[in-house]
Amino acid sequence: MSDDSFEPKIVGFLCNWCSYTASDLAGTARMKYAPNVRIIRVMCSGRVDPTFLLKAFAMGADGVMIAGCHPGDCHYQQQNYKTMRRYAMIEQMLPQMGIERERVKLVWASAAEGQQLAEAIDELSEAVRKLGPLNWSRNWEENGGRIEALEAIVKEHEEALEVQS
Amino acid sequence: MSEKPKGKLALYWAASCGGCDIAVLQIGARILDVAAAFDIVLWPCAADGKVRDVEKMADGEIDVCLFNGGIRTSEQEYMAQLLRRKSKVLVAFGSCAQEGCIPGLANMNNRREIFDSVYKEGSATTPENSDDVRPQPETEMPEGTLHLPVFYDTLKTLNQTVEVDYYLPGCPPEGDMIWTAITAIVEGKLPPPGSVIGANTTVCDECKRTRTEKKIKKFYRTWQIKPDPDICLLEQGLICCGIATRAGCGGLCPEVNSPCIGCHGPNDGVQDYGARMMSALASVIDSDDPEEIEQIIRDGVPDPVGSFYRFSLASSLLRRKKRSTNGNGAAAATKTKAS
Ligand code: SF4
Ligand code: FES
Repeated sequence: MSDDSFEPKIVGFLCNWCSYTASDLAGTARMKYAPNVRIIRVMCSGRVDPTFLLKAFAMGADGVMIAGCHPGDCHYQQQNYKTMRRYAMIEQMLPQMGIERERVKLVWASAAEGQQLAEAIDELSEAVRKLGPLNWSRNWEENGGRIEALEAIVKEHEEALEVQS
Repeated sequence: MSEKPKGKLALYWAASCGGCDIAVLQIGARILDVAAAFDIVLWPCAADGKVRDVEKMADGEIDVCLFNGGIRTSEQEYMAQLLRRKSKVLVAFGSCAQEGCIPGLANMNNRREIFDSVYKEGSATTPENSDDVRPQPETEMPEGTLHLPVFYDTLKTLNQTVEVDYYLPGCPPEGDMIWTAITAIVEGKLPPPGSVIGANTTVCDECKRTRTEKKIKKFYRTWQIKPDPDICLLEQGLICCGIATRAGCGGLCPEVNSPCIGCHGPNDGVQDYGARMMSALASVIDSDDPEEIEQIIRDGVPDPVGSFYRFSLASSLLRRKKRSTNGNGAAAATKTKAS
């Protein structure tokens, strides 16, 4: 269901020590990659709480990327292993809520791997484009008749006969 | 308490099980002090106040309204708006009003699916309905139009509907906490508006079990193991939600070998209860191998929403499952890997 005019909005949480630098490198090396990722720099991929991911979707993101240093290379030792586990947990939960697994991506990219990061961004953008917009807040819209029903209650209460005690 | 002029108190129930109304009686004989301090103007479960009488009151005439239940129908929304207008202090009483609770779990479905299961597929409570009759919001009769409340796709919490002054957590709130709240209101010693009345620690802090280091290779369901009575249940692989849950219950469940399921809601600073649980549980999985991690989660947490959002789905960041009617995105996957 691809819509030509649809440009996916993707939020990318990039680790300061590696992937963020990688994205810089991709930029300075003039590599071409999809312009759909809004990058948020974090000090470590381990800082990316599942809350951030859910908040991004709730606020209108169509996809989310988390990128960090390769396992074993994290500046804060074990933190990216935690990222790996949290990511696996959230991957188990998202489809239950109706969010396709393909809308999230975890990438390991060192500071030198601008090319790999650019490719991952392209892949995610393409996958999300295929899935179409997520439009999360539209899930909260009412299913019709609410305003009318609320008005009807007021009217009925006004018109009903007083019960004499 | 009784020297002051009598105030006006209202209690109301919306989408809830009725347990919150019963819980009020847990304050025991102190209910007489409440009756001495307040005229109860509305309490459908126990007293004879009429909605009509509330409608006739001046705005703000009710001093305190304890409102339990989530908002699932237009009638409940109307009552929430009415009681908001007529009350000086509106308290979201209990988990349903605060965070949606079990009725909010129906946000994994929509109106059509819920009606299908209640009116069509039949169950112990509905006899066969071969004509597929469903509630209609409007029915024309010679005497005029009859109305039934409109049933919403999504259950809303009280503060997603009207402004709420205070929250009293729990499914249902504990008697002592209710009493503390009532006393605070009567004496005017309330925390800043918007606060949760209750402790600001977690159930783990109230739990008497010994904790060492949490490292988990396998999660178990409660029926799969007989837990050691003295060691932290989470360390034994049971999904215990004490780490994210507000204290106040006294750690009753872990005390009897049953993991905390989170009925007291999120502790301060927890924006999304389920996300906090997922984050905390994932952190203690004892593996660095992606495949093994996936296996541990797939086997041990087959239903993350049910395990981590049992009480808080309606108030979570996502609030509900994606509606099939939403957007023009591809049809959502409904199956998890486990099923
Ligand atoms: S996780 Fe559960 S069993 Fe362990 S200390 Fe916390 S409340 Fe007690
Ligand atoms: S510092 Fe880069 S992932 Fe931790």
